[in-house]
Amino acid sequence: METLLNPVILFFVLGVLAGGLRSDLRLPEALYDTLSIYLLVAIGLKGGVELAQTTDPGELVLPAIAAVLIGVTIPPVAYAILRRLGRFERPDAAAIAAHYGSVSVVTFAVAIAYLDRLAVPYEGFVTTLLVIMEVPGIAVGILIARLGARKGSLQIGPLMHELFLGKSIFLLVGGLVVGYVVGPARIGPVEPLFFDLFHGALAFFLLEMGIVTAHRLGDLRRVGTFLVAFGTIMPLFLGMAGAALGALAGLSLGGATILATLSASASYIAATAAMRVTVPEANPTLYLTASLGITFPFNIIIGIPIYFWMASLFL
Amino acid sequence: MTVVTEGVLESRIVAAVKQFGAHGYTVTDARGEGSRGKRSADWEHSRNIRLETICEDEVARAIAQHLRETYYENFAMIIFLSEVEVSRPEKF
Repeated sequence: METLLNPVILFFVLGVLAGGLRSDLRLPEALYDTLSIYLLVAIGLKGGVELAQTTDPGELVLPAIAAVLIGVTIPPVAYAILRRLGRFERPDAAAIAAHYGSVSVVTFAVAIAYLDRLAVPYEGFVTTLLVIMEVPGIAVGILIARLGARKGSLQIGPLMHELFLGKSIFLLVGGLVVGYVVGPARIGPVEPLFFDLFHGALAFFLLEMGIVTAHRLGDLRRVGTFLVAFGTIMPLFLGMAGAALGALAGLSLGGATILATLSASASYIAATAAMRVTVPEANPTLYLTASLGITFPFNIIIGIPIYFWMASLFL
Repeated sequence: MTVVTEGVLESRIVAAVKQFGAHGYTVTDARGEGSRGKRSADWEHSRNIRLETICEDEVARAIAQHLRETYYENFAMIIFLSEVEVSRPEKF
């Protein structure tokens, strides 16, 4: 109950209601873009400042290895489950698998907000883990999709450009570098905008996410019960694996919760854009509904407290 | 020539248009509904674009054929060609 009484979550519920009840509420596209840019910069900046305070950079090595390992392992596992048990076509299974291999920045932000509220500390480098986990899952997913693809050469150049210089990676890494170079001592002047207003902006953004999610809910019936089950059970399984690996890699309770959340989360921005152009024969309704309509709301409302509990089992 | 399609394809279509020899183009955001459902542009992935280019007939047909072969199967895309009268022919 305590998690539900979180303004950030309630704004999301409000957005879902607005979308479900067909309210004419709709945030202007420019505001959505502005908020997403703001959140990416703020998360990067906060991560950079905290990274600057990390005393020993060696602490990052094991968790980073764990993060990459999780990122590249999820797609083949998810793919096998979707193919064997779900009987999905190859392109559909590969595209969905890539979404679960990558991560959701907003889910990460909600997990950070959750830990901040509980006053549970976490490592300063968790944002670095977020950045590390964005791309490998997508890359492996593309690989799986292309392995048995019938035709066509994949243009690697433009794809790499979009993946690494796309808005989300560019701003996250950019913010991280700026925050790191500036350090806690000189961040003062921008602190009110990027740190103090963060939770409010996140709540506002989730209002919009709620509306978008509500529009996907109508597709739930079309995607079938298997995908609904997959979208809720798979994150639990992945969260457990993430919490365990996090504990093994020496993360604290907060850090392991974040790694579990990252493992459990599914991308719906970077992966979706990449899949649409690299695996065009996959049905976008399936992967978007799974990641955005099922797993995203599941994670932010129910998942994160469960991952916190899972992490506490190992630590 | 007018192409209405998914926003994710913008950079690729622009590249094709230039490659086949059109000298310029105009892109606008678009919304609508068709055989692939409603494209409401309410968020990044459902954004649609409408690209227009004025060029020679054979250039337009070459672009159209290339786009048809590459994207028709899996993407929401409408292409139509129309005669236009331009006031400054030397520009095209």
